[in-house]
Amino acid sequence: MDKLHAALLIAVVALVTAALRFLPFLIFGQNKKTPPLVTYLGQVLPYAIMGMLVVYCLKDITLSAAPFGIPEAVGCAIVVLLHVWKRNTLLSIGVGTVCYMLLVQFVF
Amino acid sequence: MKKSAIHTAFLDTIPVLTGYVFLGFGFGILLHQSGYGVLWAAAMSLFIYAGSMQYVAVSLLAGGAGLLTAALTTVVVNARHLFYGISMVDAYKDAGRKKPYMIFALTDETYSLVSRNQVPEGMERHTYCFLVSLFDQIYWVAGSVLGSLAGTLLPINYEGIEFVLTALFVTIFVEQWLSTRNHVPAVIGVAATVVCLLVFGRDVFLIPSMVLIAVLLTITQKTGRRESHG
Repeated sequence: MDKLHAALLIAVVALVTAALRFLPFLIFGQNKKTPPLVTYLGQVLPYAIMGMLVVYCLKDITLSAAPFGIPEAVGCAIVVLLHVWKRNTLLSIGVGTVCYMLLVQFVF
Repeated sequence: MKKSAIHTAFLDTIPVLTGYVFLGFGFGILLHQSGYGVLWAAAMSLFIYAGSMQYVAVSLLAGGAGLLTAALTTVVVNARHLFYGISMVDAYKDAGRKKPYMIFALTDETYSLVSRNQVPEGMERHTYCFLVSLFDQIYWVAGSVLGSLAGTLLPINYEGIEFVLTALFVTIFVEQWLSTRNHVPAVIGVAATVVCLLVFGRDVFLIPSMVLIAVLLTITQKTGRRESHG
């Protein structure tokens, strides 16, 4: 990819991200009342979206061929168990990532 | 007064400091491996400033994606920011000249700090939120630059480092799961996305997933309300 296209791509991502952040303030910024459905979605969507993003991260796994998604399954299991046990975000991410790196580099 | 605001904001952002330096580091390394050096890392962290989207942007850059694809992917991955904004409209109402930056810098982690209602006593809320936003971005840019430089200076095998993003989302997912008793939204999020992935394929499933999630959440709200009335 040439550098001009790369710069344009980054500009597009930056502009769309900023637009998404500013839009609610432009729409609901004055003294208008936020519709109840929007308020409700604002409360429950973060939970659903995080589930969606987890699946998104795992979308490239192929279950029918080696390594059958085993490194991802082990990595995720370590993160979940460690986080339920210690509730320490950095520890969960750090240990999970290092274990995954060791698995894909030395085992599979 | 100003000094204590700086002090408090710094102490409150220490968890983000550790998380952002680590995540930014991973981003810098990945970007470096795709052939984009430290200036690219710094520019992306300054102007995009959205952790997960910057990881996705690395794969867009590496895969030679078009601008329209980049725009649509950004909408899908960052649509949740609409909802952070909605819940901060009132809190940021009279923030004055600081307001544009505070909106620009409203990331997941910053939102988790500024959306809490307890602002330290005797402190102006907007000053506090502005400083939290600013400190968080400084950590993020610093982490990205360090990661990019490490890619050059410490040429060890970083294969698998991209799992840091999966680990982040799994951690937030578990944290949210443990902090609420209503697991319906989380289950809907996972199930709807898996179904859409199987039906639409891995290239285009995100937008159908968002639509399906919004529809299912709206339906479950209505049934919940009917039950509470009856």
